[in-house]
Amino acid sequence: MFDSPADVSRRLAAVDYLSDDAIATSVFLAAALGKPLLAEGPAGVGKTQLAKAVAAATGAELIRLQCYEGLDEARALYEWNYKRQLLRIQASSTDDDIFGEEFLLERPLLKAIRSTGPAVLLIDEMDKADVEVEGLLLELLSDFQVTIPELGTITATRRPYVVLTSNATRELSEALKRRCLYVHLEYPSPEREKEIVLSQVPTLRAELAEQLARTVATLRTLELKKAPSIAETVDWAHTLLALGRDDLDEATVAGTLGVVLKHASDHARAVKELGLPS
Amino acid sequence: MSLVDRHVGFVHALREAGLPVSLAEGLDAVHALRVIDLSERESLRAAYAATLVKRPAYRPGFDVLFDLWFPPSTTGLHNTINREKSLQDAPVNELREQLAELLTQSTDAEMREFAREMVQRFGQQPAGPGRQNWFSYSVMRALSPETLMARILQAVLAGRERGGLAEKTARQRVAANTKRFEEAVAADVRRRIAEDSGIDRIARSSVRPPLDQLDFLRVTKADLARLRREVHPLARRLAARLTIKHRHGKRGRLDFRRTMRASLQSGGVPLTTHFKPPRPHKPELVILCDTSDSVSSFAHFTLLLTYALREQFTKVRAFGFVDTVDEITKFFVPGADVVEAMTRLANEADMVRFGRTNYGHSFERFTERYGDAIGPRTSLLILGDARSNYQPPALDTLKRLAGGARHAHWLNPEPVAQWDTGDSLATSYGSVVPMRECRNVAQLTAFIEDLA
Repeated sequence: MFDSPADVSRRLAAVDYLSDDAIATSVFLAAALGKPLLAEGPAGVGKTQLAKAVAAATGAELIRLQCYEGLDEARALYEWNYKRQLLRIQASSTDDDIFGEEFLLERPLLKAIRSTGPAVLLIDEMDKADVEVEGLLLELLSDFQVTIPELGTITATRRPYVVLTSNATRELSEALKRRCLYVHLEYPSPEREKEIVLSQVPTLRAELAEQLARTVATLRTLELKKAPSIAETVDWAHTLLALGRDDLDEATVAGTLGVVLKHASDHARAVKELGLPS
Repeated sequence: MSLVDRHVGFVHALREAGLPVSLAEGLDAVHALRVIDLSERESLRAAYAATLVKRPAYRPGFDVLFDLWFPPSTTGLHNTINREKSLQDAPVNELREQLAELLTQSTDAEMREFAREMVQRFGQQPAGPGRQNWFSYSVMRALSPETLMARILQAVLAGRERGGLAEKTARQRVAANTKRFEEAVAADVRRRIAEDSGIDRIARSSVRPPLDQLDFLRVTKADLARLRREVHPLARRLAARLTIKHRHGKRGRLDFRRTMRASLQSGGVPLTTHFKPPRPHKPELVILCDTSDSVSSFAHFTLLLTYALREQFTKVRAFGFVDTVDEITKFFVPGADVVEAMTRLANEADMVRFGRTNYGHSFERFTERYGDAIGPRTSLLILGDARSNYQPPALDTLKRLAGGARHAHWLNPEPVAQWDTGDSLATSYGSVVPMRECRNVAQLTAFIEDLA
């Protein structure tokens, strides 16, 4: 898929995803070793975006499984279309096999395993799913195969590139982590964040983007309930552009702080620490 | 040392430092080494990190060990080029000038290079007869980066007014870079010590335990700030786990009405029984905490955490004491600023009479003034080291308090081995209220999970 970590960062940059050393190397290793990649980090640092960018950069199909509480096998892996099975039994009196291909409803995981073209399987917000789902994933992630009792074991013809994301609201099991490569996405350095903002909002002036990135970096050093994410920095850039502001002075920051800080106490703290007019 | 030996040694050192590295993960790392360019040090680091380090808390320790086992340079092997020569005998003024530049804007490589030269020049100190040792403080003293702040600010702000937002962001940037410089110097000092006396010796002493294993009684101010930052993520994690636990817990009482309705389908035979959803058990919490200096960081953190977890309890009331007791609930109103709450608490609450911890008197005052806070639905939580300066313990009062509450727990931040030494009354108090050792965040989370 990729030649080297440098190749990864070049091709991700071509689809507007700016990576750093750690991200590029882990993405490259995941492809080279054929292992799933577990991306963990606070909300809004581009975990899901990473999977989308990998899919776009390699021209692969993106298959997404959004995890939530109560997600089960029938919605993650496969389900038998029993209405059709019932009709078949009623329509024909012969004992047809009702556990054939035509009665199988494909769900994202099975789809990824059976896909013949290149595919990126994104298992999003793994931590929201119940612990049992992890067990379901173990076979899939280590051997890229699933077992359907009526059909037997289905092995991937072409291994999909798997990305799991997690916000770490709960610790994932050791067994799952052991099978994955791990990358922890942090808030970016101001330099990288400036580049990201510029790539997302190309019409913004470079100096303003720099000011923005530095201000956000300062905000993140305060003890906040929720530090501003990259997505929020980009929103902030859009806001400034929409308001036609050309300089990020105290009054502008105070007026638009709501775009990046979403708790009243965080707001108050930032106003106090940065000496903003309230 | 061959690459394999170095790999095995590194993995071993990681395990020794408390990182759980399994055999399979070690093998993954070896596979990774075969596909990456080994001459790229940062990609080697990223490859090891991706395969071996799967919790962010372990990352700092990993980085320290990586720098020791795969040092960026080796003294003597490195060809000194002219520019570096000049660094070795340039006047200190010029060096500070250069440092100021680096603190304004620099790449990691430049910073490391400079740090290496500076350690070479200033870091060596005689330690005992005939021995040399390496220190970071002598480098810091020679260059004193913190005194450069004013000069850098002047240059960066370039005539704009002081005190505004621009100064704040510049200040933050310089502070962050100063920290980077300090870390680079410390890393280079460790590398040189490792060269002189072996990796193993320095490795053991230089890896700090991960945040959730930090001893409450030994946290530094910086650690406490880092811990405070962890409060909300931790509370979110705990709350999520508690909600799941409650939902998966026992079923509630039989829902008679629904069962009867359902039984009509089967001719009055109740084939399926329906149950009411379980009523979440939300205890009322009364926290009584020792706020004296010796255990204050423990009390601070625990209070913050319980308040971040407010939703899990019907009601939380907190009382602080040193030798007399005062209610401190009001400092933790929702949305209040954490840091401010702590300072206000220390200044405004009336908890000190003579300034020496007195558990007995505090318990008596508590019964007198706030005895009605404890009822049959409350869980009483006492935080403290049970060191009462040889004052009367007032065991009977405590017994009455604990008897009135539904549950009572005592969290002691001291290791069990130190209980009952000196003026500690751990066993006496422990016989009235079950006492648990609670030295770090991991133990505290385990306790809260049991409690709610």
